[in-house]
Amino acid sequence: MSSLWALIGKRIALGILTLFLVSVIIFGSIELLPGDIASAILGQAATPETLAAFREELGLEQPAVQRYFAWLFDILQGDLGRSLANGKEISEIIANRLGNTVFLALFAAAIAIPLAVTLGMIAALFRNSIFDRMINVSALSAVSFPEFFLAYVLILVLAQSGLFPSLSRIDPGMPFIDRLHATFLPAMTLTLVITAHMMRMTRAAIVNLLASPYIEMAYLKGIPAWRVIFQHALPNALSPIINVIAINLAYLITGVVVVEVVFVYPGLGQLMVDSVSKRDVTVVQSVSLLFAAVYVLLNLTADVLSTLVNPRLRRKR
Amino acid sequence: MERLAVLRTAPPSAIFGMVMVTLYILVAFFAPLIAPFGESEIVGGAYEPWGEEFLLGTDTVGRDMFTRLIYGARNTIGVAFVTTFLAFIVGGIAGLLAAAMGGIADQLLSRLVDVLMAIPSLIFKLLLLTIFGTSIVNMVLIIALIDSTRVFRLTRSVAMDIVVMDYIEAARLRGEKLPRLIFREILPNATAPLLAEFGLRFCFVFLAISALSFLGLGIQPPTADWGSMVRENAALISFGDITPLLPAAAIGVLTVSVNFIVDWMLHRSSGLKD
Amino acid sequence: MADSDLLLSIRNLGIEGRSETGWSEIVKGINLDLHRGEVLGLIGESGAGKSTVGLAAMGYVRDGCRISDGEILFDGQDLRKSSRENLRKLRGRRIAYVAQSAAASFNPSKKLLDQYCEGPVLHHVMRRAEAERDAIDLYRRIQLPDPETIGFRYPHEVSGGQLQRAMTAMAMSCRPDLIIFDEPTTALDVTTQIEVLSAIRDIVQQFGTAAIYITHDLAVVAQMADRIKVLLKGREVEEAPARQMLEAPQEDYTKSLWAVRSLSRGTPPPVPGSRKPALEVENVTAAYGPTVVLRDVSISLPPGRTLSVVGESGSGKSTLARVITGLLPPRTGTVRINGQEMPPAYRARTIDQLRNVQMIYQMADTALNPRQRIRELIGRPAALYLGLRGQKLEARVRELLEMIELDPDKYIDRRPSELSGGQKQRIGIARALAAEPKLIICDEVTSALDQLVAEGILKLLDRLQRNLGIAYMFITHDIETVRAISDDVVVMKDGRVVEAGPRDEIFSPPHHPYTELLLSSVPEMDTEWLTRRLETREKDKPDVNRD
Repeated sequence: MSSLWALIGKRIALGILTLFLVSVIIFGSIELLPGDIASAILGQAATPETLAAFREELGLEQPAVQRYFAWLFDILQGDLGRSLANGKEISEIIANRLGNTVFLALFAAAIAIPLAVTLGMIAALFRNSIFDRMINVSALSAVSFPEFFLAYVLILVLAQSGLFPSLSRIDPGMPFIDRLHATFLPAMTLTLVITAHMMRMTRAAIVNLLASPYIEMAYLKGIPAWRVIFQHALPNALSPIINVIAINLAYLITGVVVVEVVFVYPGLGQLMVDSVSKRDVTVVQSVSLLFAAVYVLLNLTADVLSTLVNPRLRRKR
Repeated sequence: MERLAVLRTAPPSAIFGMVMVTLYILVAFFAPLIAPFGESEIVGGAYEPWGEEFLLGTDTVGRDMFTRLIYGARNTIGVAFVTTFLAFIVGGIAGLLAAAMGGIADQLLSRLVDVLMAIPSLIFKLLLLTIFGTSIVNMVLIIALIDSTRVFRLTRSVAMDIVVMDYIEAARLRGEKLPRLIFREILPNATAPLLAEFGLRFCFVFLAISALSFLGLGIQPPTADWGSMVRENAALISFGDITPLLPAAAIGVLTVSVNFIVDWMLHRSSGLKD
Repeated sequence: MADSDLLLSIRNLGIEGRSETGWSEIVKGINLDLHRGEVLGLIGESGAGKSTVGLAAMGYVRDGCRISDGEILFDGQDLRKSSRENLRKLRGRRIAYVAQSAAASFNPSKKLLDQYCEGPVLHHVMRRAEAERDAIDLYRRIQLPDPETIGFRYPHEVSGGQLQRAMTAMAMSCRPDLIIFDEPTTALDVTTQIEVLSAIRDIVQQFGTAAIYITHDLAVVAQMADRIKVLLKGREVEEAPARQMLEAPQEDYTKSLWAVRSLSRGTPPPVPGSRKPALEVENVTAAYGPTVVLRDVSISLPPGRTLSVVGESGSGKSTLARVITGLLPPRTGTVRINGQEMPPAYRARTIDQLRNVQMIYQMADTALNPRQRIRELIGRPAALYLGLRGQKLEARVRELLEMIELDPDKYIDRRPSELSGGQKQRIGIARALAAEPKLIICDEVTSALDQLVAEGILKLLDRLQRNLGIAYMFITHDIETVRAISDDVVVMKDGRVVEAGPRDEIFSPPHHPYTELLLSSVPEMDTEWLTRRLETREKDKPDVNRD
């Protein structure tokens, strides 16, 4: 047992180190710009006041290393600094939107994961059948078309008829059902995209597994097909499927940005895009860090889980 | 001749892909000859309907949609191609070097790439665009840099499979120098997977550029570009008009086509292993 | 034997495989009869279709193959016409299968005992508790250590030889009428192989089970089978009772399979007077990270002679080659070629030092760059080391091709994929010769080849040595090869040299105990060999090999 926990401990330590390095990169990328960062970013039109506010916000008179640790220390205490554009506390701006984005992502994931894994497994079991080919072609198309295309097609089909709103406006006090209704179209768009990805990967993982000699052996022992699948294939498929899910949940993070813009959904993605066009560096920095942290943690969780289910690391009872 | 014979074995999907890609390339090259109007010429009122004069109507400021769709092929595909090419030069060479040299050089490069890849790619691109400002050149360089990490990973893993072969050991023991090792011994055996990756990477880059342009952070009007065309004319969709979807469909058909070709190539190279 | 004893009868079996151009024959016109309690040996080289026939006896074909002709009568029932469900009930219950790689054929995520019990419970032969007791009993009979508890281990916690025995026990779990053994000992070392062979033979005899034993090793099949059938390219060559097949094979092909065993090195070529040894390894200790794999190894090889380094997997023989070539710098000790001390790492060696040591690899497939033509493959060392260019280089490549008995006009512009396995290995030899080295290290150069082809390669190497005076270091696990080609022999175990000396000394008693075990574990072409061997071992009980 101890070697297993040691391995997991190592993975977690590595994850924390990665998080740290990611924060260094996100902080450090601002340093990449030569010259006076403040006027370079704010441009010619900057008033002296905004320039001063900007300099103070970034603490530009101090050395970079010192600023980094001050920044990191503040973040760890929940203080993300202030927006350059409107001077508001970033943590306040983010708070609501974070909840909205998480809601949307979970909504999509809750449909996509079971759907994709099931479809992927069916396609693998009946590979080269009509069903498999249909799934493959539609998955390939869903992956190939831009997210905004899928979003607008859904709007055209489902919002034109008035079934679902094409603008996903939500209020803090909204009942759960209304929320689901309001976010149905963006959630569907995300579901379509990640289901396609996840399904293809699940299929590949299972097909790979079914070619193993021990699956042939199971058939040669006269074990019924359903039992070969559930008893022999699936337990070994857990680890690859966990990885497939993690990769695609991470993909949700990217997908969410475009989809939120299309449906004017008040989440982090839209905030990020708005802030990029305003060059609101501190907000972009904070949101990037948040996204990156979620991404790293997702991968870490998948890593730990697939270590736990790896039979080679299990000991005798 | 050998190559032509190979084409005859292509499945319908791959043939479709090749025909479409050829078509796109022709349109991109001969855009000024095909297009009825100038790229950003205002030729009529806003949102004119489809008709004889304006095949696909006009856009929000009265430019011909059909013309812009054609010029969009040239701009969007061109920019994506250059970006992919840059990503391959940087990532490919670094990947080959890491695999061939091994040891510390490989460790350093690989760990660096691990960390860079720990940040979701679109988020990283947005962050860098904020810092360096939105312009086509910045966008190309930023996407090329970030996607080169993905190219590095793939090239390195393809090259690693080759480096463990006895013929590479034999070449090392013979006393071959690094350039020969990479270009004569490793690279010729990596062309098939690298070519396939170039196709796939092009699709990703193409989609990324379209997404950025759609978000208003990529190629900017008046330059015709498929992503920003969707953004500009999105309002029409709420009136049930599908015109704004055409550029998005153009993006999708090209990526599907490239994917079909790549699928066939991968299938062939895996089936022809001896 | 009476016809009611007839268990399996295959008539005119034809099997096709899918290829680029459609379906092509891989097995044709096979007839086979097997009576209850009888063991039939199926023997043939790679591509003979023996595994395909073995699986067909279960009514099973792999993906991309199909049975195109004939009938497979098992206990009077035609398996080709049986329903899926009927076949399923037969498999495991009445016909069981033992695969070549037990490590890959056990489900990695299930304990051995669970995999054992699955068959009997599903086929309603026993209840779970009974099956568990039965497993322990069979584990004991098949001489697995700790039979009570070994079933609670996962496959990766058990050694290869033990897994193979556990798989045999599992095949026996429903007490089938027939077991198909598909090369069950091919992946094992000889000292492990003998344990598994005796375990399999014992248990098959105890239960009177009929078996089809598939292998490419004549001496192995001689121990196991009552009758032997020889296959070549999917067709039958001949069939006869085992003893008769060994003593008086009828067909030329069968006779040629026997021939390689008689290959033997004549008088060693004269050693030129006072010259320094081609290779001297002195007190080498080497390690991968913290794991020490070579301990204080010293060997010496006179010029123009052949030294065989023999040992089982994990003995360190291949690591020794890596130390000599400089791929793995040793912790301590020195390597001298032609009296000159080599820098430990190959990167530090001069081009001439590199030239003097050449390698020939086990897998010619991976040793030749598939994208280069033979002209370049052989020409490159000549150009790099000897500075040959243009006409001179071309002439040299042609000369080398003639030396390895390949027609230059026909082969010079081919790529490796256009050559047979034996031809590829010859190109490997020519590439080594092109450097005009003092020493060639041959790493298991014949073990991936069929016997006849291997014999050709060994003869070629011998002839080249007599003409060119190059020293060979042969790394091998195959005692027959050692006997056939060496002047001197080094026996290695666990990273140490256990015995070294001239071949005839090593091969005649008294032996070091490990050499004794190794030599006595090599199956001989005698149907009684295993029986005798087990009897003598009962008396002496050498305890070197407890796996």
